[in-house]
Amino acid sequence: MATQQTRSLARFMMAPSVVLLFVWMIVPLVITIWFSFQQYNPLNPIRDGFIGFSNYALFYSNPAFLQSIINTLVLVGSVLLITVIGGIALALLIDQPMWGQGIVRILVISPFFVMPPVAALVWKNMIMHPQYGVFADIARFFGGQPIDWFGQYPLTAIIIIVAWQWLPFATLILLTSLQSLDGEQKEAAEMDGASFVSRFIYLTLPHMSRAITVVILIQTIFLLSVYAEILVTTNGGPGYASTNLPFLVYQKALLEFKIGQASAGGVIAVILANIVAFFAMRAVGKNLDK
Amino acid sequence: MARAVTTQHKTIATAAAWIVALLIFFPILYTVITSFKSEQEAIQGFNLFPSGTTESYSEVQAQSGYFKFFLNSVLLSVGSTILALLVAIPAAWSMAFSPTKRTKDILMWMLSTKMMPAVAVLFPIYLIFRDTGLLDSRIGLMIMLMLINLPIVVWMLYTYFREIPGEILEAARMDGASLWNEIVYVLTPMAVPGIASTMLLNIILAWNEAFWTIRLTTTEAAPLTAFISSFSSPQGLFWAKLSAASTLAIAPILIMGWFSQKQLVRGLTFGAVK
Repeated sequence: MATQQTRSLARFMMAPSVVLLFVWMIVPLVITIWFSFQQYNPLNPIRDGFIGFSNYALFYSNPAFLQSIINTLVLVGSVLLITVIGGIALALLIDQPMWGQGIVRILVISPFFVMPPVAALVWKNMIMHPQYGVFADIARFFGGQPIDWFGQYPLTAIIIIVAWQWLPFATLILLTSLQSLDGEQKEAAEMDGASFVSRFIYLTLPHMSRAITVVILIQTIFLLSVYAEILVTTNGGPGYASTNLPFLVYQKALLEFKIGQASAGGVIAVILANIVAFFAMRAVGKNLDK
Repeated sequence: MARAVTTQHKTIATAAAWIVALLIFFPILYTVITSFKSEQEAIQGFNLFPSGTTESYSEVQAQSGYFKFFLNSVLLSVGSTILALLVAIPAAWSMAFSPTKRTKDILMWMLSTKMMPAVAVLFPIYLIFRDTGLLDSRIGLMIMLMLINLPIVVWMLYTYFREIPGEILEAARMDGASLWNEIVYVLTPMAVPGIASTMLLNIILAWNEAFWTIRLTTTEAAPLTAFISSFSSPQGLFWAKLSAASTLAIAPILIMGWFSQKQLVRGLTFGAVK
């Protein structure tokens, strides 16, 4: 009995969300694309107008560009590796019978709720600081030299911080999936004498595959745009050692006012995200069809 | 047949899990501990037992007006969440109860807007905000946060609403309930738990959003994310004070987060993992 009336009502109720998101997606993006073909610097009165792909060429020939792309991919890849493997291990551990499981869960999930600037500053000053940090205390205790994390290994330091933030998320989702595994299946496998390893490979892992996919895809979306962690720790340095693509675009736009180049960088970031999104949408869409 | 769990196995698992959990939690714990130290104590090496002074807390308020940033965080996260719910509830309702062939496409498209890198539209948004006077205004940032989280809110509500059996609505209709009555007396009571969960998760996400809240504010509308970021400058390196400010910034949301683990899984995986 879906009448004309209910259908137009449904459309009317959806309109605000759809219109808002459409405007939010299209208008700024069109402006960015337009600027990416313009010579535009708010500090420079000379406007050459349309300059074709020059901004892209300039952005591309900037040595920082290649470095930032590599940094972005290393950051995303490393964090994914740490959180997925660590998350599976942690989920398996927490799933064991134990005392105080609820509290363990709460402790493990907590870093996810820490806002990025706090997470980054706490790690920078309290944990990794070469003089006053806990790592330095530990190094001195064992008679070693404290490491200047942000001077010598800036990208590694940022990877550790970001992985700390996202490990809880991976653990929580994988644990949820693990707990929905049929207990009888597990017991049957055990009775048949399957070892822990073969149970894990043939039963647990296939069961968790969808959750693992979801973890990888969702984390990738967020990890591609890591920003605050870099801003408050290394500010992209030393040099460009810890600059990722979003950070480079931010520097070009708001610090150097090279709007054209920044916009070209933004368009490249969009393309990169779209490649990821393409796979993400397919996976999430498939899960919807159940 | 239940699996016999030996006490030994359980003891080992407990010990291992607690050690790992405490290691992961340690940075947060140490921040809270340090917040109760004096600045002198804080840089005197590793020490888990603070003197218990609360001077850092009073100084954070006295020197930097902590409370204003806190209030902004509350206003922005709650305000943007309410805005998002107002826009999203009708949409999710209609998609769940009068789905069309295109419903799924619309949902996927909404999700895809979430994948646009914020930095790509930083300058246009900055220009628009500057020219409309929204820069550093609470309402501007509220709209921004609402737009960012809208897809997740629609999705989450949709997965909750979809679980409400349609027969109940039909029965109400057969009994002659008007659309208004249907919404107020039948649907709302059943939808409240889902709406509450959505609200909780969205407040957490908005509270912790750290790109737009830092870039689009200076002083007036700046929330805690911007406040904490200002501690990154060298002259801001006061360990105890940083710890006190950090503790205050994360405590409310940490506690909310503990209660929302299930909703978190559901909301962030778009219903794919429950």
